[in-house]
Order: sequence, then structure tokens, then C-alpha cells
Amino acid sequence: MTESVVSLRNINFSYENKEVLKDINLDIPKGSFIGLVGPNGGGKTTLIKIMLGLLTPESGSVYLLNEKLSSFKRWNRIGYVSQKSNAFNKGFPATVFEVVAMGLTAKIGYLRFFRREHKEKVMHALSQVGMESYAKQNIGQLSGGQQQRVFIARALVGNPELLILDEPTVGIDYKNVEQFYSLLNKLNEEKNITLFLITHDTGAMTKHATDVVCLNKTLHFHGKTAEYTQLTDEDLSKIYGHPVNIVVHDH
Amino acid sequence: MIENFIQFDFLRHTFLTGLLIGVIAPLLGTFLVVRRLSLLADALSHVTLAGIAFGLFIEKAFVFPYLSPIYSGMAFSVIGSVFIERLRAIYTSYQELGIPIILSGGVGLSVIFIALAKGFNTDLFNYLFGSVSAVSRNDFLMILFMSIAIITIVFIFYKELVTLSFDEEYATVSGIHSKRIHFLFIILIALVIAASIRIVGILLVSALMTLPVAAAMRHAKSYKQLIFYSIVWGELSVILGIISGYYLSIPPGGTIVVISIIILLISIVWNKTKQPATV
Repeated sequence: MTESVVSLRNINFSYENKEVLKDINLDIPKGSFIGLVGPNGGGKTTLIKIMLGLLTPESGSVYLLNEKLSSFKRWNRIGYVSQKSNAFNKGFPATVFEVVAMGLTAKIGYLRFFRREHKEKVMHALSQVGMESYAKQNIGQLSGGQQQRVFIARALVGNPELLILDEPTVGIDYKNVEQFYSLLNKLNEEKNITLFLITHDTGAMTKHATDVVCLNKTLHFHGKTAEYTQLTDEDLSKIYGHPVNIVVHDH
Repeated sequence: MIENFIQFDFLRHTFLTGLLIGVIAPLLGTFLVVRRLSLLADALSHVTLAGIAFGLFIEKAFVFPYLSPIYSGMAFSVIGSVFIERLRAIYTSYQELGIPIILSGGVGLSVIFIALAKGFNTDLFNYLFGSVSAVSRNDFLMILFMSIAIITIVFIFYKELVTLSFDEEYATVSGIHSKRIHFLFIILIALVIAASIRIVGILLVSALMTLPVAAAMRHAKSYKQLIFYSIVWGELSVILGIISGYYLSIPPGGTIVVISIIILLISIVWNKTKQPATV
């Protein structure tokens, strides 16, 4: 059996009286690249927030790197790029370097200072996303796609085992989306970083991810990408509650 | 022109205290401004006023002159900051609601203490608008000690404070104790306000925390630059403000703020001629 970086057991969650997640059991195997899809309001972001301890489930348990969430301390092993990353204060006076360095804050720890070795780590993370020449630029002045790369670098700088991304391609133009997924593939294959990614762009995702998880309050599908693309429109409309079709990009 | 400030003890203390608050107020102000919490300083300064009115009332009612009202001001300010945090936790969707509640509460209490003391003399006026002659040797030493403590704490927790200010959710997920760091930050703000009121006065203390930062925002590319320029503009405002206030017999709070605004306007115009504004 392969090792899981995240295990969810019987997770239930409601916002006030609205049931959002019901009886979720999910394992994310080490080294996998999973795309999480599902309709809006289907609980995708909620699920990620529960994984990260930002929301507490009504019942059920979360294990990160084989450790119960409540006692989990190795947060630097998990990188997170939120949906709101791109909605940061654009006037915030910070350089690209300073933003990526924030990814090391917790890892360095309290009462310790940023040293030269940390500087090298920041530059290395920036080179992984191809942004090292922008280190001294103001973050607010970059394009959406460049900013997203900087946030990936911030997540990578702590050398994570798992990278969780919530709709990372929103606001990035179509051409750069492909480039972005190639970067994810590279991280997954060369660095063996496990990737868990929420997306609406199922077409681009299915070309790159190894597995797909489909969520609409409960888990409707969890399997290999090839099986997911075989699903009929009828299967999908059951999941989404309305007719859908996957747009597969061929080029 | 500056010789009086070297010659007379009370002016020297004022001047040196001014140099200290010219560093600590803009330093903490950078975090306030980027987190869009500028008004927090206003709320806490009004609570500090209540604390000072309380101190003056105790002094007058019980003839107890050994404790400077600055201490009661500081105590009220810290308590007020705790209340604002509690209110923020209760009204999670209305984060700013705590500010008007604490602000009006501070003014309300001040009025009560002033009435109980049956009015004060010029002392209260000095606390409202600052004074060049109000800083005693003990006040100066206390503010010196506090400034060293504040600068040291900001230095030690610099990376946590910046990370938290940029993205609170990310800071939490990356394993930083966001709530504790934020609480530490609020306490520091309360202390800076209490330290600054002797010179700039309660009604204008928030200006010294925000105006130099607003000016520095116009040309800072990095956070370190923001801190550097904020302190430069803060110091310039305080030095020119104290000297001109003394020679023109105007409370320095007024002159410091007007000079800060002039610096702000110059930096806006200066930046416009150089490049399009992005802030």
C-alpha cells in the first residue's frame, strides 16, 4: 500500500444548517497529482480548508503525513496557494524576494533570523518557477500569471511534500495556463511533490493530473484521469446535478 | 536656533523624546497602514485620553502627584486594545466595528473623569495637542526605555509581522501563531500611542503613525524601504515641528502634523512627475 500524505476519515461539515460535506473518506497517495473538480458550492474549498485546519469539521478526522491534525506541527512540509492569493493588497510594498521569503518565516521559527542560507533558498525557489530575475521587483507590478508563480515559489521555498492549490489558474491567460501545468508536472515528477489542485478548467487539468476526484457534497468519483475522461455525460450530470460536458483541449 | 534645545533641560528632554517617537510611531505605523487598520490608532488614542483624565482626576482628588498620568493612559490604552480584539472576535464580519465602539467609549469616559475632577487646568490641553515643555526627565527615561523595548520586539518579530500583514490566512496555514502575533502588535501600538502623546497630543498621535507612512508608500518598492522612508519623514516632521512649535508658541502636535502633510503632498506631486501612481 502506498503512503498517504493526507487521509480524511468520515468528514462531515455544515455551514449553519446547510450540509456542505457528507461522509468524506479520501486518501492522497504520496507522489500523486490529483485534480479536485465539482460544481460551485460543492464543497471543494471547504474540503481544503478542513485539511489545513482552517475549518474544523463537525465529525471525522484529518491526518497529515500520518499525524493527527490536532498535533500536526510540520506545516512547512505543506505548501498552500489559496484562491485569494491573487486578491492580495496590490499596493503592498513588498518585493518578489520579500514575498517568497515569507514562506520561510514559520520554518525559521521564532527568535531566529533570516540568514544567507535562507536567501539562497528563496532564490532557488524563484528559479524553479523561472522568476529569479524579478526578485527585486514590486509584487503588485507583475502580471497575474507572474504573481501566481511567485506564490508557488513561496509555497515551494519550505521544501514541501504536498502542494495544495485552490484554483491557481484563475486570472491567468490561456497561453500561460499550459506553461503553468508543465511547471506543476515538473515539480511532481522531478521533485516528487504531491499535488492536490482545485480547478474548474477540467480540460487542461485532465491532460496533466494522474487522478481526479469529483466532489459535490459527497465524493462521486475518485480514480485515474483516463477513467474520468471516459465518464459519459449522463454520469457527469448526475454528479453536477445538471448537464455538463468536459471540454478537452487538443492542440 | 537650536541652542535653546541644548541649553534648557526641559527642551532637551522634549527634543530627545521627539527623536524617539519619530522612530517608533512610523515604524509601527507601517504595519497599521498596510493592514488597513489606521483608524485603530485613533480609537486607542481616545482611550488613552480617558486613562489620562482618570490619572489627572486621581491626582486632583487624592493629591497623589507621584505617578504620571501617562501610566494610567498606558494602562487604559492596553485594556482598550484587548477590548478591540474581543470585539473583532465577536463581530467577525464587521472587523472595524470595534473601532468606533472603543473610540466613543474612550471619549465618554474622558468626559466623565473631567467632570468628576471639576475641570482641569492647562495640563489637559497639553495632553490633547502636545507640548514642548511637558516632558520631564522621568517621562523621557520611561519613553527611552519603552522605545528600546518596542524596537527590539519589532526587530525580533519582524518576519512574523510582515508575513501576517501581507496575508493573515497564509501566515496561519504556514504555522505562525497569527492571533498571538497580532495581539503582540496591538499591545505595541497601545504603548507607542501612550509614549507619543506628551509631544504630539492625543488628537494627533495617529497622524504621526500614518502620514509619514502614506508619504513613504509613494516611493517604497520593498517593505524595508517603506520602514526606512517612513522613519525619515517621521523624524523630519518631528524635528521641524518641535522647533517651529517652540519659536512660534504653537503646540507641537499642530506643527508636526502640518509638516507631515506638507511632506506627504510633496511626495505625491514628486511621484506623479516621475511615474504613474500604482498605490
